[in-house]
Amino acid sequence: MSAGVAVKKEYWRWQESNWRSADIDWREADIVSAGVDVGSVSSQAVVMTDGELFAWSNMRTGSNSPDSARNAMAWALEHTGMKVEDVHFVVGTGYGRVNVPFAHKAITEIHCHGRGANFMYGDRVRTVLDMGGQDCKAIRCDARGKVEAFQMNDKCAAGTGRGMEVFADLLQIPIHEVGPLSLSVVEEPPPVSSTCVVFAKSEASALLRKGWPKERVLAAYCSAMAHRVATLLERVGVEPEFAITGGIGKNPGVVRRLEKELGLSTLKSEFDTQIAGALGAALFGRSLVQKQRAKAEA
Amino acid sequence: MITAGIDMGARTIKALVLRDGEPLGKSLVLAGFDTEASAKEALQAALADACVERSDVSRIVATGAGRDDAPDKDATLTDVGCAVRGAARLFPGVRTVIDVGAEEGRAIRCDEAGKVVDFAINEKCAAGSGAFTEAMARALEVPIEDLGALSLQSTKTIPMNAQCAVFAESEVVSMIHGNVAKPDMARAVHDAIASRIVSMARKVGYSAPVVLVGGVARNVGFVDSLRRGLEVEALSIPEEPEFCSALGAALAAAEGATGGAR
Repeated sequence: MSAGVAVKKEYWRWQESNWRSADIDWREADIVSAGVDVGSVSSQAVVMTDGELFAWSNMRTGSNSPDSARNAMAWALEHTGMKVEDVHFVVGTGYGRVNVPFAHKAITEIHCHGRGANFMYGDRVRTVLDMGGQDCKAIRCDARGKVEAFQMNDKCAAGTGRGMEVFADLLQIPIHEVGPLSLSVVEEPPPVSSTCVVFAKSEASALLRKGWPKERVLAAYCSAMAHRVATLLERVGVEPEFAITGGIGKNPGVVRRLEKELGLSTLKSEFDTQIAGALGAALFGRSLVQKQRAKAEA
Repeated sequence: MITAGIDMGARTIKALVLRDGEPLGKSLVLAGFDTEASAKEALQAALADACVERSDVSRIVATGAGRDDAPDKDATLTDVGCAVRGAARLFPGVRTVIDVGAEEGRAIRCDEAGKVVDFAINEKCAAGSGAFTEAMARALEVPIEDLGALSLQSTKTIPMNAQCAVFAESEVVSMIHGNVAKPDMARAVHDAIASRIVSMARKVGYSAPVVLVGGVARNVGFVDSLRRGLEVEALSIPEEPEFCSALGAALAAAEGATGGAR
C-alpha cells in the first residue's frame, strides 16, 4: 500500500475484550464447561469451572463462523494454559451455533440468554431484553432462568446494535460515547419519527443541516430506539425485575430512556452484558455433564 | 384551460403544465432542504418550459408525501389517486399500477374505468423503495445509474436473506468477500426489492395490464426482476415514469379537483 492512503475512521468499532480469573486453578476443577455464542456481529466464548466464571472473550464475528468460534475460544483461553480439549463440554449458541466445530451441542440463544441472565442478575430477574447486533429479543423467564415466553425482531435494524453503529458513523461519534453524549442534552428533543434506520438517517441529516447539535440528534435517536424496543417488550409483558443484555445494554442513552418509558429501573451486573448468551451456554454445558455422570452412575 | 400538477416527492419535486389535457411543459428539481422553495422553483421552471405565465394557470393540484407544503396550490390529492389518473391516461385500460419512488412503494388495483379498488403502501421501511437500491449501489460501489444494466448481465438467482436495507448491506459486503460476481449481486438486490413489491401486489390482487411508474421504473434491472416476480409477459412503463403522478395531479386540476386544504 502506498504512503498517504487515508484511513477512514471507524466510529462504529466497539471495544473487543477478554478476561480471566486470577484466583481459579482450572486444573483442580471437577467440571470445565464452555459456551460459544456466534452472533451476526459479535462472538463470545465463556469458560466456567464448576459453575464459576473462569475466562471469557468478546470479539467481532468475521466472515466465517467456524473461524469466529475458534478465535473467540482461543482468545478466552489465552495465557490460561487450558486447551479446547481440556473442556468437558462445549455448547454452541447464537446465529452461528451449528457452525461451532468443537461444540458438543447447540442450544438456541433465547434459552441461553435466559439462563445467563439468571446467573448475571440473580434469580429475581423475570424479564430480559437482549439487544444484539442484528436482532432484539424480549424474554420472560422464571426463577431458574427457564424461558416462559419471548418476542423477537430479527427482520429490521431498528432497535438493534447495527442501527446504533450506523448512527455512530453518521455523526462521527465513537460508539461508546453515543449514550453519555446523548444524555448531556438540557432538554429532551422529540424522538426521530422514522422507524426505519435508513429513513431515520435521512431525518437525522436534515436535523443536522437545520443546526441541531450532535448530542440533540443522538438523544432523538436513542429515545426512538427505546420506544421501538418498548413495544416489543410490551408484547411479551414486562415483569420486574428487568435486565438488558447485549451490546446496547452498555449504552446509557438507550437504557435510561427505556427505564423512563417503562417506569422501571434495570438490574446492574458486574459482568459484560454481551457475554450473557455464551455464559448461559456454558451453564447448560455444566448441567449436561452432571446429567451424563448421574446417568453413568445409575 | 391551463392547469398544473406538482408532485412533492421525498427526493425530487416534479411539476407539469397541461393545456386542455395535453402536456405543455415540465420540470424536476431535487427536494433539497427547503421543500417549499424547491417546489416554487420546480413550478417556475415548468411554466417557463411551457412558455406560459403563472396567471395563465387556472388550477394547481399538489400530490406526493410533502403535498401539504406545496405553495400556491388550489387543492391536494393523494399519491394513489394521482398515480392512477396519470397511468390510466397514458395506458387506458390499466388494471394494476405499481409506483416505486425514493422512499415509498405502492401497488394499486383499479377497475375498467380506472377507479381505485384497493391499494397497499409501504412508507415505513426502506425495503421496497428506491432508498434500498441506493444503499445497495453504495455497498457495491457501483453508480446507481449503472446498477440496472449490470444486473441484466446475470442469469443467476442468488436469494438474499435480509429484507432490511441495513442488514442487506452487510449481506452484500459478505457476498463481496465471498467473491460473488457483481452482476449476480446486482440481480440479487433487484430480486429482493421486487419481492417486497410483489407481496404488496399480491395483497391487493393484481391483474394485467400492469403499469409501472415512479423514478425506480428507470432501473432496467428492477423492471426485469419485477416482471419475473409478477409472472407477467410485460410491464407498461411511461417514457418518463417519474412524471406520472404530476400528470395525474394536473389532470385532476383540469377536472376541477377541490380536495385538501388550500
